[in-house]
Amino acid sequence: MTAPTGDTTTARTGERDVMVRAEQVHKSFGALEVLKGIDLEVRSGEVCCLLGPSGSGKSTFLRCINHLEKINAGRIRVDGELIGYRERGGKLHELRESEVAAQRRAIGMVFQRFNLFPHMTALQNVMEAPLRVRGEKKDVVRDRAAALLERVGLGDRLGAYPSQLSGGQQQRVAIARALAMQPKLMLFDEPTSALDPELVGEVLDVMKDLARDGMTMIVVTHEIGFAREVGDSLVFMDGGVVVESGVPREVIANPRHDRTKAFLAKVL
Amino acid sequence: MSVETQSERARPEPIRAVPVRHPGRWVAVAVIGVLVAMFVHLLVTNKAFNWSFMVDEMFRPPIVAGLRGTIALTLLAMLIGVGLGVVIAVMRLSANPILRGVAWGYTWFFRAVPRLVLAILFGNLGILWSRIEFGLPFDRQIGALFGIQDFEARLFGFSAVDILTGFVAGLLALGLSEAAYMAEIVRAGIQSVDEGQTEAAQALGMRRGQILRRIVLPQAMRVIIPPTGNETIAMLKDTSLVAFVPVSTELFFQLKAVGNRTFQVFPMLVAACLWYLLLTSVLLVGQYYLERHFARGHGRAGAARVKVRGLAAEAGGTTGEAVTR
Ligand SMILES: Nc1ncnc2c1ncn2[C@@H]1O[C@H](COP(=O)(O)OP(=O)(O)OP(=O)(O)O)[C@@H](O)[C@H]1O
Ligand SMILES: [Mg+2]
Repeated sequence: MTAPTGDTTTARTGERDVMVRAEQVHKSFGALEVLKGIDLEVRSGEVCCLLGPSGSGKSTFLRCINHLEKINAGRIRVDGELIGYRERGGKLHELRESEVAAQRRAIGMVFQRFNLFPHMTALQNVMEAPLRVRGEKKDVVRDRAAALLERVGLGDRLGAYPSQLSGGQQQRVAIARALAMQPKLMLFDEPTSALDPELVGEVLDVMKDLARDGMTMIVVTHEIGFAREVGDSLVFMDGGVVVESGVPREVIANPRHDRTKAFLAKVL
Repeated sequence: MSVETQSERARPEPIRAVPVRHPGRWVAVAVIGVLVAMFVHLLVTNKAFNWSFMVDEMFRPPIVAGLRGTIALTLLAMLIGVGLGVVIAVMRLSANPILRGVAWGYTWFFRAVPRLVLAILFGNLGILWSRIEFGLPFDRQIGALFGIQDFEARLFGFSAVDILTGFVAGLLALGLSEAAYMAEIVRAGIQSVDEGQTEAAQALGMRRGQILRRIVLPQAMRVIIPPTGNETIAMLKDTSLVAFVPVSTELFFQLKAVGNRTFQVFPMLVAACLWYLLLTSVLLVGQYYLERHFARGHGRAGAARVKVRGLAAEAGGTTGEAVTR
């Protein structure tokens, strides 16, 4: 067992196409228990939409998946690999910072507030991680970054700084930035809720395109239309637990739990 | 309907209103004019200025050597200050309680002791050690425990007089004290950068050192540079403190020496003012270009100035008016 890499043949057997498996994930901030035992399974190539009222712990759960938050109990595996820890002799050992960083490289994340690097152009934003983290050749990275920006419809804005771009354009750069690391899993935390209504569509289009290409995605969103159209599964969270999950169309049409009904009535 | 009525009606004649008068401004101009005239009169007629003597003396080799010393001290001390300051700021913000404690202790000590006292203290460190040596502490005592006489475990050493010449002692006093202030400035700068920047970089798999160097510090620079400009200007003037180390290759010491020798004290004080004004102006130009460099990606360069004007306008008038009233 050395530094964790993409291939973990041991854990793959039996659950070949499970990309994310969360078991009984608990997370507290001091006395406040935010996640109270989340179980979730996302298969490879699946788009999982996470819904729930404000404060239900959706962002926290997403941040646990790439170890931006440390969980207090439970296990999270991505592509068969335990996140943040190493299991040895029945004991959990914390991974070192460099090992956690290595795990995060395979997991892209898109934030509600874009979090682009303001002192870099769109192209530099996309090139930064492949250059500094993976030490790839500059011209190779530049070509790939330009192609990615082209793909999200920003081929003509390579030299623009974030402050010179609209919200929708910034979020598309952020998606391209995450894709530049060629992740096997993408996490989206309300990628369109900071956008003006007329800009939501352009970002959702990019995400639909990604889904069609077979990217595994976990998307926290209030866009019910997107969940119904693109999602393979829908998970409704409230109060730190998964209340209901299933095929988006069915859950949206016939919610079984009162809390789901109440929430959907509000957002639909 | 409204469109029709508007086109039918004649265009109103342009407004030719009497502008608001600002009598206060004219009074201010008159007062300032008189004061300036008085000042020029003083400069020209008072014999104590002895301009020709001042101009003769202020470019003499010893003065220019002192000038060079002042510039070198300022730049080197700021280099130590900024470099060490960044290290201490990062230690201060680290998760490691030992590093945090050490950084706190450092800033506590060097901010508490006045620079003048530090300069004299460093100048007299030679009293503590005639030689400065690095090695095992308490080596003689440990040797004595095991019955070895004069056991010494020293790795290397040098004579204190060699290393703690005035210049180095003065430089250390200024640089180490500056680091304490710079640490606080850098810390404020780092903390001004949005937490989301670090998270985005972490999510990309970047490591702490990379995030600091590539993402956080470049953004913190916008906050760090203006007070660092202040610090540099203050340092330029504080270099005159090394006269107490004592160091003589320093601008003010040299000018004062000429003044004392020739009994022309005042012209030499004026020369000092002029030299410091010139050096500070050069520094301000440098600061302008640095600020412009690190403002990239942050919209218009003059955004801050526009903001200040906007605030003044909201407060009901321009800043200029507020002064004249
Ligand atoms: N770093 C933190 N420290 C303390 N409490 C936190 C922290 N982060 C989140 N919380 C708390 O955890 C709870 C869940 O927060 P979270 O951001 O996960 O909710 P959410 O479902 O994403 O809500 P929203 O839809 O508003 O984004 C909230 O009560 C929040 O106050
Ligand atoms: Mg959230």
